[in-house]
Amino acid sequence: MAYSEKLLEHFKHPKNVGTLDKSKKTVGTGLVGAPECGDVMRLQIEVDEETQMIKDAKFKTFGCGSAIASSSLATEWLKGKTIDDALKIDNMAIVEELALPPVKIHCSVLAEDAIKGAIKDYKEKNA
Amino acid sequence: MAVKSIYLDNNATTPCDPRVVEAMIPYFHNIPGNAASRNHPFGWAAEEAVDYSRDQIAKLLDVDAKEIIFTSGATESDNLALKGVFEMYARKGNHIITLETEHKAVLDSCKKIEKMGGEVTYLPVQRNGIVDLAALEAAITDKTILISIMWANNETGVIQPMKEIGAICEKHGVLFMSDATQAVGKIPTHPKEVGVHLMAFTGHKMYGPKGVGALFVNRKNPRVKVTSQMDGGGHERGMRSGTLNVPGIVGIGAAAEIGRLEMAEEAKRLSGLRDKLQAGLVSKLEECYINGSEEHRMPHVTNISFKHVEGEGLMMTFNQDIAVSSGSACTSASLEPSYVLMALGLGDDLAHSSLRLSLGRFTTEEEIDYAIDAIAKGVQHMRDLSPIWEMYKEGVDLDAVEWAAH
Repeated sequence: MAYSEKLLEHFKHPKNVGTLDKSKKTVGTGLVGAPECGDVMRLQIEVDEETQMIKDAKFKTFGCGSAIASSSLATEWLKGKTIDDALKIDNMAIVEELALPPVKIHCSVLAEDAIKGAIKDYKEKNA
Repeated sequence: MAVKSIYLDNNATTPCDPRVVEAMIPYFHNIPGNAASRNHPFGWAAEEAVDYSRDQIAKLLDVDAKEIIFTSGATESDNLALKGVFEMYARKGNHIITLETEHKAVLDSCKKIEKMGGEVTYLPVQRNGIVDLAALEAAITDKTILISIMWANNETGVIQPMKEIGAICEKHGVLFMSDATQAVGKIPTHPKEVGVHLMAFTGHKMYGPKGVGALFVNRKNPRVKVTSQMDGGGHERGMRSGTLNVPGIVGIGAAAEIGRLEMAEEAKRLSGLRDKLQAGLVSKLEECYINGSEEHRMPHVTNISFKHVEGEGLMMTFNQDIAVSSGSACTSASLEPSYVLMALGLGDDLAHSSLRLSLGRFTTEEEIDYAIDAIAKGVQHMRDLSPIWEMYKEGVDLDAVEWAAH
């Protein structure tokens, strides 16, 4: 199976790898997947309280190349978006951007779930 | 160092030895006969070549040449042995015993046999991948006609106690069949010495061509027969119809002869390189687990799990240069990790984290040095990215985490 250039670039040089302080009120964390499924994605956002803008995003992913690339791409897209706009990110947009093959679509779903999970966590902290 | 295209997936298939290719070439054009043409020199020449190959294989296995049935490969040989015995011995019983870690060619043949009214026991293996002999003996009933246990496992390289299994079969009057695909030509595989009555193998795992294999069928004490699974001209003593693949048969014969003459030295060289590869990785990386018995193992294989790293992603870090395979099945639609590793009692997570490294005749020490470095770097890269590696390092009990399984 040949992967797209964009996917390989995100896999070899992933963007925004790291960890944000999850105890901070401004940080939301989404942890999705399970080790026994071969995929665990952790995506974190840091939100500017005044503007509701995502000012930082980090990820770590245990999984195949497509899962890693999907989460790397998601963090890039999240930065600079408001949380409302971030909620509109659709997994199919990730599929298209990285040209994911059909067997890898679940990786993009996982990334969408991780985004939603991070935002949900942030909202719950600030409810 | 610029090493390109390192092939460490010899359990998937081996490159054809150039000496084998050379032996085969005349049989495509210059000697074009059908081995079944009995009335002209073209046919005689082809038949002579087939007989010569049969002798080469018989010598490797220490059996009579008449006991070799040529097929299209190990899958066909497995099908023929299992279904052929099931049909031929239907009056004696309908029960077959095999292992959970067998190749799909055996397991799926057994599934088909169950649909045909047979009963099959799929025995679990021990943590080291080896059959529990007491459990095997206990599984035998008065309906048992056949025990099918592979000589060496394709994923782990684990070698089963063939002699002991053979003794159990002998004691209970049960036929013993073995899928020896991964073992023939690489370690001594003498069926008569260990009490194997049927043995399947193929050319392309022993530096011969693809598309040709064989089944050893014991002719005396006991005289074993299998019902043919293809109807036609009654070739191969009526057990396998179909025009013989003469170039392929010449190839597997040549491969068998090279294997017989060079196996001892090659096994020594490869186990040295394999040990170097395994030790190199284990010394550079924490949390590596060797899967399956190291003591009873093929000389050229190691199967290692790198904790908290997903195997397919790991392969992507170096698959431009190095070909290996993984027990993680993220590519298949099922997403199920290797059933062989699961049968060894590995958790899903360790099964997803495994690589199978299988060396071969053409593997060099330089390639092994390069592979140690590249694989270790890949594991580091993946661990730097892995949230569960981070959690593990922080002392989080991963079993206590409530995962959002998908």
